Amino acid sequence: MPDHALELLDISCTFRSKDDRSQRYTAVAGTTLRIREGEFVSVVGPTGCGKSTLLNVGAGLLQPSTGEVKVFGQPLSGINARAGYMFQSEALMPWRSTIANVMLGLQYRGVPDDEARAQAQQWLARVGLAGFGDRYPHQLSGGMRKRCALAQVLALDPDIILMDEPFSALDIQTRQLMENEVLDLWAAKKKAVLFITHDLDEAIAMSDRVVVLSAGPATHPIGEFAIDLPRPRDVAEVRNQARFVELHTQIWNVLRDEVLKGYAQQLQKVPA
Amino acid sequence: MKLRPGEDNARAWQIALLVVLLVAWHIASRNQQFAFFVGEPIEVAGKIWSWFMPIAIPPNRLFADGLPGNADIYLHLGTTLLETVLAFVIGTVLGLACGLWLALAPTPSLIFDPYIKAANSMPRVILAPIFALWFGLGIWSKVALAVTLVFFIVFFNVYQGVREVSPVVLANARMLGASRRQLLRTVYLPSATSWVFSSLHTSVGLAFVGAVVGEYLGSARGVGYLILQAEGTFDVNTVFAGIVVLTAFALVLDAIVGLIEKRLMKWQPRSGETEKL
Repeated sequence: MPDHALELLDISCTFRSKDDRSQRYTAVAGTTLRIREGEFVSVVGPTGCGKSTLLNVGAGLLQPSTGEVKVFGQPLSGINARAGYMFQSEALMPWRSTIANVMLGLQYRGVPDDEARAQAQQWLARVGLAGFGDRYPHQLSGGMRKRCALAQVLALDPDIILMDEPFSALDIQTRQLMENEVLDLWAAKKKAVLFITHDLDEAIAMSDRVVVLSAGPATHPIGEFAIDLPRPRDVAEVRNQARFVELHTQIWNVLRDEVLKGYAQQLQKVPA
Repeated sequence: MKLRPGEDNARAWQIALLVVLLVAWHIASRNQQFAFFVGEPIEVAGKIWSWFMPIAIPPNRLFADGLPGNADIYLHLGTTLLETVLAFVIGTVLGLACGLWLALAPTPSLIFDPYIKAANSMPRVILAPIFALWFGLGIWSKVALAVTLVFFIVFFNVYQGVREVSPVVLANARMLGASRRQLLRTVYLPSATSWVFSSLHTSVGLAFVGAVVGEYLGSARGVGYLILQAEGTFDVNTVFAGIVVLTAFALVLDAIVGLIEKRLMKWQPRSGETEKL
């Protein structure tokens, strides 16, 4: 099916401990996930369940133990060049100014510096950082750094956008602003988005589809929900709609048991 | 004007301490026997004057024989500084290149590991006679000795710097499409640079040490050579004058490194940038 932007087919990931070869940990097992072109898919699951592992597989940063990744119908080998990845933690280069960070991907692609700078400046303006091009990351607030990271990813105009809990470190107000900004940018360009989060509200408010993962180890999808809320949405207002509450209850019923299971496992891991 | 030592009058207190030390030295050296071992500050100052100034001073109360204006240190000082700068540049470039290479190539680093540890543990000053044999008594034997001192400091810092590149920044650069060369240029090198700079203050000092020790062990010019000559004739004032000159120039070199560091490392966060009004 060529209209799928990203397909993760029967993916399993088993990690082996470096110190002790016999210790294995299966993070993901038999997971199949398909994202259509222009679709916004969120993946929710309890903490430590292997959401990021799945995203790294889709990005080509991690080779799955078994299974196959397809990008627009083509099997993926190496880095997924059609995807942009927005990381959970700080990924900006501290030694580059804001605009130099946004230019980075364009420079890697051989775009001449003048042109790269002009494009980067446009993207900075679009994320509201027009006047901050010459600042260094440590001079920006957490929210501004995230916006800069967003501009860095979007400047390459990727067909697939992978986001790993990008706003989890932000306060709730900044977070809602950023979520709306992402939705606006997404609505304008209609890219395929795979959005990882542990926040169910965020997932429902933003997505076309929400996939629920089981608790680790051997994480796999246990539920899939189409979000039929009308667009364009405002993430703050959409939460008050009756349909939102209904969906939230449905998904939470599935997720709750897994969250409790995951929490119980984490408690057990601490040696008494 | 407050007299208690504090931040605002620290400079005055620093100078006062220097004056006290000089006066104590001067008074102690009134004793001729004592002066034989520690020298006399005025004679030391006179020696430095005749080294640097082309103007002779006629006999007066302080200097009974007057001071010749030889201005003859420049050749020696120039030699020592040239050795230092050459050793510093060569050692830093070699350390940077080897550090980057070994940090990014796991197999060679595994094989070389014990040899690097051995070479670093060796007291490298004992290499001076060998370098004198290989490179003669000119500047290159001193440069070689100082390079061995500088190299390992820079090398280990670069090695550490590359190993501690943030994995997220690295993954991000790869996702943005960086090739191996581009990764080296835009991620590893800048990241290692911050580690190198923290080591440059130490290594510029060691480059100086290497050059002077090399000269001291056998040479025909250089400040180390001057000190060696003076020591041979028990001219303790000249030895002290040499020490003062070397210290002053070591401080100058350190300040230059500090200036370059400030320019290149302006991206690093500095605390306390607010101003109280």
